[in-house]
Amino acid sequence: MTDADQSAELKSRVDAALSNTQPLEIIGTGSKRFYGNSVDAEALDVSHHRGVVAYEPTELVITARAGTPIAEVNATLAEQNQMLAFEPPLLGGTGTIGGALATGLSGPRRPFWGSARDMVLGIRLLNGHGELMRFGGEVMKNVAGYDTARLNVAALGTLGVILEASLKVLPAPPAHATVVLEIPAQDCHARTEQWLREGRPLSGVSHDGERLLVRLSGTQSAVSDALSHLGGEPMDDHQADAFWQSVRDHTHPFFTSDEPIWRISLPPGVDPNHFAGPQFIDWAGQQIWLRGDHDADALRTQATRYGGSATCFNHRPSRIGAFQPLDAVPMRLHQQLKKAFDPQAIFNPGRLYPDLEDA
Amino acid sequence: MGENAGGVHCLKYGLTVHNVLSVKVVTIDGDITTMGSEALDSPGYDLLALMHGSEGMLGVVVEVTVKLLPMPLTKQVLMASFDNVEAGGHAVAGIIADGIIPGGLEMMDGAAIQAAEDFVQAGYDTQAAAILICELDGSAAEVADQMDAVKACLTAHGASAIQVAADDAERARFWAGRKAAFPAVGRISADYYCMDGTIPRKQLAYVLRRISELSAAKQLETVNVFHAGDGNLHPLILFDGNKPGQLEAAEDLGSEILQLCVEVGGTVTGEHGVGVEKINEMCVQFKTAEIEQFHAIKAAFDAQGLLNPGKAIPTLNRCAEFGRLHVHNGELPHPELERL
Repeated sequence: MTDADQSAELKSRVDAALSNTQPLEIIGTGSKRFYGNSVDAEALDVSHHRGVVAYEPTELVITARAGTPIAEVNATLAEQNQMLAFEPPLLGGTGTIGGALATGLSGPRRPFWGSARDMVLGIRLLNGHGELMRFGGEVMKNVAGYDTARLNVAALGTLGVILEASLKVLPAPPAHATVVLEIPAQDCHARTEQWLREGRPLSGVSHDGERLLVRLSGTQSAVSDALSHLGGEPMDDHQADAFWQSVRDHTHPFFTSDEPIWRISLPPGVDPNHFAGPQFIDWAGQQIWLRGDHDADALRTQATRYGGSATCFNHRPSRIGAFQPLDAVPMRLHQQLKKAFDPQAIFNPGRLYPDLEDA
Repeated sequence: MGENAGGVHCLKYGLTVHNVLSVKVVTIDGDITTMGSEALDSPGYDLLALMHGSEGMLGVVVEVTVKLLPMPLTKQVLMASFDNVEAGGHAVAGIIADGIIPGGLEMMDGAAIQAAEDFVQAGYDTQAAAILICELDGSAAEVADQMDAVKACLTAHGASAIQVAADDAERARFWAGRKAAFPAVGRISADYYCMDGTIPRKQLAYVLRRISELSAAKQLETVNVFHAGDGNLHPLILFDGNKPGQLEAAEDLGSEILQLCVEVGGTVTGEHGVGVEKINEMCVQFKTAEIEQFHAIKAAFDAQGLLNPGKAIPTLNRCAEFGRLHVHNGELPHPELERL
């Protein structure tokens, strides 16, 4: 596929949808289409609006159109020894930059290096008036106007079509190593905190139900030093790369059944044993994946009790809403914001919350 | 929070928005609500991000929960002199191209060096056209590796002198001049007006040259300190408010400098905010649809416009009035508005 700027075509599609009050489902490669509530609308394909528009390695910024494959951006950055620090998941092996931002998902490196929204510097957005707009920019410090760029991250396309994004990138660390430790899941947080206090260059702390896997990324000296202090069994580099990729992209056997997959997002240090059933722990215990049929209300009540939330991430039974319901005040603010961007509710209706458009 | 501020460490450790976990907000309707949580994300829109830099327009923040980090185990600070600002700018790009993200990376121009040195005697090289202060932090092994790489890079980019702080006292002294730069300028000028644009770093030499030309045209002097790592430039315009016309000239020069920042792909405010002072320059940075979108966001939180009325986002009428005076490259800003 070739690079193309389809802003004008996409705007015409949106203008037409507005005049016909025809709702649209914004779609790239469809790799994360399962995520969120289902949308019944005509497809607005942004996958042909693609290409890296600008890349300045020494400014630590890349700008790409929404339909640009994540893999292409990763490859472009790798040529300059740089990376997207938030390690966006390539679910089903594909995915676009627009989808990465619209879902706001981040990989195993997230607790140590930052999230998708943390890296967003600016976006071009097509709103529900059919207007092409630019918010933020390509510089790291920018407080002119409301932070509309970050607001659109994880908004699942309900506020507009992300057309282009400028992202902060970081140097890829020169050295990596992974060690396997016989440490129970509930000790994950305490050990991680201790390692951080010792200045260890952590870039992944996961527990697969039996063993703790710790990834280190940094200068050769820092990684070697950490390896000799952490103990445990070093993992072969190829095996380690395959493991972290399988956690990032959900190709690890834990995720590959047809059972519902729940994502529990938690404050640091919550005992994972508060959640029953098969689990896979990432983000040093702050992201717990649960597999199996769970009572949604009971699980969400439990997540709330410990300061977190529960998302029915994949293989969602249709009776269950994907996202933890909001309280009345935040819901009212969500509805009003939705109206502020998309008053005719044409973008991805229902995908985030079924009652988002009810204002 | 209100200005999403970030100091010398923000290239490596992020701005306020990257370090706040949650805020408690009183809405204009009198409700109390929490945005964000101690978890790494929360369901729904990222209202927490939206509150950052919103200048009190969307709600009253009454409580903030921040993330804490362990103190770095080791720190080293070095200072490099350059015969011209351009070489200093290239050295900054070189450090980043080498894969190093320093804990702090600051630049001062010749006038700022002299003012700081006269004030705090930090041992700055007053012959230099620019100095770079670079702080590296992390584990001892990591910092040692990075020190070698940074020194090699600075030398390769033509640093005329490099000093490495020997101990905590010297590290503090190296920083003292930079941290006292604003009051130091206060000593040499009756008044100064501090600007806060951000630019792509590669434009530094051009922007500093243009600032010096624009200043000369107004018969004013400007002193520059620069958060070199993240492109945030603080030109300090020297003037004397007791001399007729100087305040107005300084304000005009400030506005020209901010418009220059937008022209090179930057922004009118990195961290000091818009308030009422930079409101005209918002009309240069944003188009009508974008300004209308900002007003719609404001209305979603505060339909009657009771919180900080008149701040942060200009009315379109104001932009039309401002635009009548500042036609840029022959383009009339917000041409759809009726001119009176």
